[in-house]
Amino acid sequence: MTAVLEASRLGKRYGHKWALSECTLAIPAGKVVGLVGPNGAGKTTLLELSVGLLRPDAGSIAVLGGQPGTSASQLARVGFVAQETPTYAGMSTRDHLWLGARMNPSWDEAFAEARIAQLGLDPRQKAGKLSGGQRAQLALTLAVAKRPELLLLDEPVASLDPLARREFLQGLMEVVAEHGASVILSSHLVADLERVCDYLVVLVDSRVRVAGDIDELLASHHRLTGPRHDRDGLPSDQQVISASHTDKQSSLVVRADGPILDPSWSVEQLDLEDLVLAYMAHAVEADRRPKLEVRS
Amino acid sequence: MIRVALRQFRTEGIVGFGLLVVFAIVLAITGPHLAHVYDAFESSCKVARDCATAPNPVLNLDKPLRGALPFVVAIAPALVGLFFGSPLIARELETGTFRLAWTQSVTRRRWLAVKLGLVGIASMAIGGLLTWMADWWASPLDAVNQDRFGVANFSFHGIAPIGYAAFAFALGATAGVLFRKTVPAMALTAAGFAAARVAVTYWVRPHFASPVRESLPLSTGSGPGILFVDGQGTMNFNAYIQSGVPTPAVGQVALTAPHVSVPNGWVYSTTVVDKAGHAPTSHYLFRACPVLKQLSKPQLPSAAQLQACLTRLTSTFHTVLAYQPANRFWPFQWAEMGLFLVAALALCGFTHLWLRRRYA
Repeated sequence: MTAVLEASRLGKRYGHKWALSECTLAIPAGKVVGLVGPNGAGKTTLLELSVGLLRPDAGSIAVLGGQPGTSASQLARVGFVAQETPTYAGMSTRDHLWLGARMNPSWDEAFAEARIAQLGLDPRQKAGKLSGGQRAQLALTLAVAKRPELLLLDEPVASLDPLARREFLQGLMEVVAEHGASVILSSHLVADLERVCDYLVVLVDSRVRVAGDIDELLASHHRLTGPRHDRDGLPSDQQVISASHTDKQSSLVVRADGPILDPSWSVEQLDLEDLVLAYMAHAVEADRRPKLEVRS
Repeated sequence: MIRVALRQFRTEGIVGFGLLVVFAIVLAITGPHLAHVYDAFESSCKVARDCATAPNPVLNLDKPLRGALPFVVAIAPALVGLFFGSPLIARELETGTFRLAWTQSVTRRRWLAVKLGLVGIASMAIGGLLTWMADWWASPLDAVNQDRFGVANFSFHGIAPIGYAAFAFALGATAGVLFRKTVPAMALTAAGFAAARVAVTYWVRPHFASPVRESLPLSTGSGPGILFVDGQGTMNFNAYIQSGVPTPAVGQVALTAPHVSVPNGWVYSTTVVDKAGHAPTSHYLFRACPVLKQLSKPQLPSAAQLQACLTRLTSTFHTVLAYQPANRFWPFQWAEMGLFLVAALALCGFTHLWLRRRYA
């Protein structure tokens, strides 16, 4: 299995603040990856490093085995839909397709034309006059029609209304199913990703908190509820992700590869949103007690 | 990528070259008449043998256009910098479209090279064509005035404006990358271009080549004259005699250099010195020409007395003329264009490095 994105201790700094640090990741090919985290966690930074819009200040990154953005052929293999889906306001939809065709040797004209027609976009309309949803669809069409092996999308649905959101993600799924590219999609909303992703990366406060197949993550994370316990009383293969206590009760989210055997716990399955929230809470807790943080 | 750059330059390009065409039409309509009047005068003054003295009627034609022409030629490179240069990259950074442009299958280096190259060439074409048209239109006037090398006119002739346009464009593009916003970049471009032009005109261009120094008899040219200095300031001696009013006190007198014109040359200075290279002092002049002391008396010296005095001085003093001869006009044009082109290339290189540093 080859990695579409392989980062090792990757870091990017703006002034004194690290937007991304110690990021070590290996994302396997053929996945639809959800990159999730709160605003300002470093999602955009990671994606822009992956497409070569930024250069790392620490560590290294390889995308499809190459250094991002360094050659025309490397650029051709990665499609990118930037945040706010920028397009040239004064140019029409048709002009944008023409631009894509001139700037990408592997351009799939038939696909682009068909998709614009299917979306019902007027080719003569200026991009500045399109709705947010239409603009996002145009940007997606441009990124897909260059036939990338990896498609990166930075918060593509953040500014869309719920209907446009659904349509966009549906469109994304269709083209992915048709063309079989790997996808990395960022969002600060888990609900957006739940429907389309099979791999998850949680990024909080410039660091990767967890990364893995969603099915495996869901199978190995549990919510334990029971009489008040101390943190130390768990078997060594169970890692506490987040904990909350009342006077009498403890509620823990743990990662455990084996089954939970302690009968005093009642064990519940987590959904994806709970899992992500647990990691975000964990991050907050860890930051409050940095000396006790255990790096895995 | 070249066609993409052309497409994205379409609006600015159409406006820029459209204005050039409008200007060309105006010049094409008025120019032939100017040339015709000049030719008619040439043939009639040759018959009358008064070409050197008779007023040339072309100097009375198309005065508004003549006044506007240097202004247009001077301002065009600045406009090119503001409207071709400043928005070129700044607008992409401002609107975020650089994220779209730089993630297509074209490297940043190539994207930048094509954009800068193509729009840069368009800028130079506008600067060059405009000046060429203005040169053609004004050629009868230049033939009369014989002054295209002078500080006031040099910049509106020849090929130097090609360099100005390239520089203004590159400055605009660079400012756009630094500010990441079009409007502040425009302000910096306008100020920077004006400063560069003034600095080169007054402090750099005079040093392209050391001037020719020539010693001439004092009687060459129109002059010399004697100035006297009193409490009121300076006044030409001849003018003073004509006014007929004696001055209460004569402070100092000075011998002014004659005005020597070099056709199509550039005169730096004319100075009056003796054989040892010293300028005449006031004290010396009073001694050599006692008649100057009469300036405060009711009986003013006559013009003949003044002339006799000047004739005496001619044997002692001579004029030193420092100038660039007319045949250096083109070397100077090449030097000035080259200087601005090198600066433009340096700015483009800086822009490339800056973009690479800031955005991978």
